[in-house]
Amino acid sequence: MWTRLAHPGHFLRWTAPLMPWLAGLSGVLLAFGLYLTWFTVPPDYQQGETVRIMYIHVPAAWLGVFFYGAMAVSALGTLVWRHPLADVAQRAAAPIGAAFTLICLVTGSLWGKPMWGTYWVWDARLTSMLVLFLIYCGIIALWRTIEDPNRAARAIAILTLVGAVNLPIIKFSVNWWSTLHQPASIMRMGGSSIDPSMLYPLLEMILAFTVLGITLHLTAMRTEILRRRVRALTIREAERLDAGLPLGAVQGL
Amino acid sequence: MTLGPHDLGPHAGFILGAYAFTALVIAGLIGHAMRDRRAQTRALAALQDSSQPASRSSAERRA
Repeated sequence: MWTRLAHPGHFLRWTAPLMPWLAGLSGVLLAFGLYLTWFTVPPDYQQGETVRIMYIHVPAAWLGVFFYGAMAVSALGTLVWRHPLADVAQRAAAPIGAAFTLICLVTGSLWGKPMWGTYWVWDARLTSMLVLFLIYCGIIALWRTIEDPNRAARAIAILTLVGAVNLPIIKFSVNWWSTLHQPASIMRMGGSSIDPSMLYPLLEMILAFTVLGITLHLTAMRTEILRRRVRALTIREAERLDAGLPLGAVQGL
Repeated sequence: MTLGPHDLGPHAGFILGAYAFTALVIAGLIGHAMRDRRAQTRALAALQDSSQPASRSSAERRA
């Protein structure tokens, strides 16, 4: 069942009708989340209105880590099962994860200046997120460097798995080291430390960003499959021209 | 600065800047996804079209 669904051709077919629904759902969830964020959430008793940055900063951070986790699972799929869709998923996830990590870094910096008095400190959480962004950039650059997709897939899968060491460091950095960044406040022992009036809108925004991220990822995967078909067809066409065969003598795609 | 029911206070620039940057990046992601998809669909269609006359002529030859 899974193997059938994960076949690139089947994947294109079963995701096609899902895409407009997912796009619509992303829009509705984002609109509702922004309404909650701007019209129902009270200002924080210490941070005042600046706390509104949290509703984009935290979901962006979550997606930055989520997409890297998804890439690490895909890397295993590439190395162990050599499944073509695993490589497609990994390649499609990298720019999206990098973009959300960048949003996290910039919004965090804009939140930090009025609250901490500085845009940046070499604090463990901030630095590990910056490292995540640099790993994303390295992976994207490596993909552009290696022309053969199969060679690139293996090299990048290994790099991705090595970089996955950074994920627990990001998560636990605020516990392992004394950091300026606040400790975990949503997923922690003893429950969330955020008041429900702020927690539920935050969870709604996390859900909205996640659905948007998944929609973008599926779209990018579908495009990547098309790109590989274009590449395969172009190579065959070039081989035909090299061999001096008549137009269309190389068939089969 | 006031937005909706809120006076955003002295840090309005930071708050609005954060939202504007996020909107810009997300719009860029969506725009890039749509452009890339359109380009690949067009390229695939062009390649398939270029091999069509040949498949027709080989079918004719067989006939």
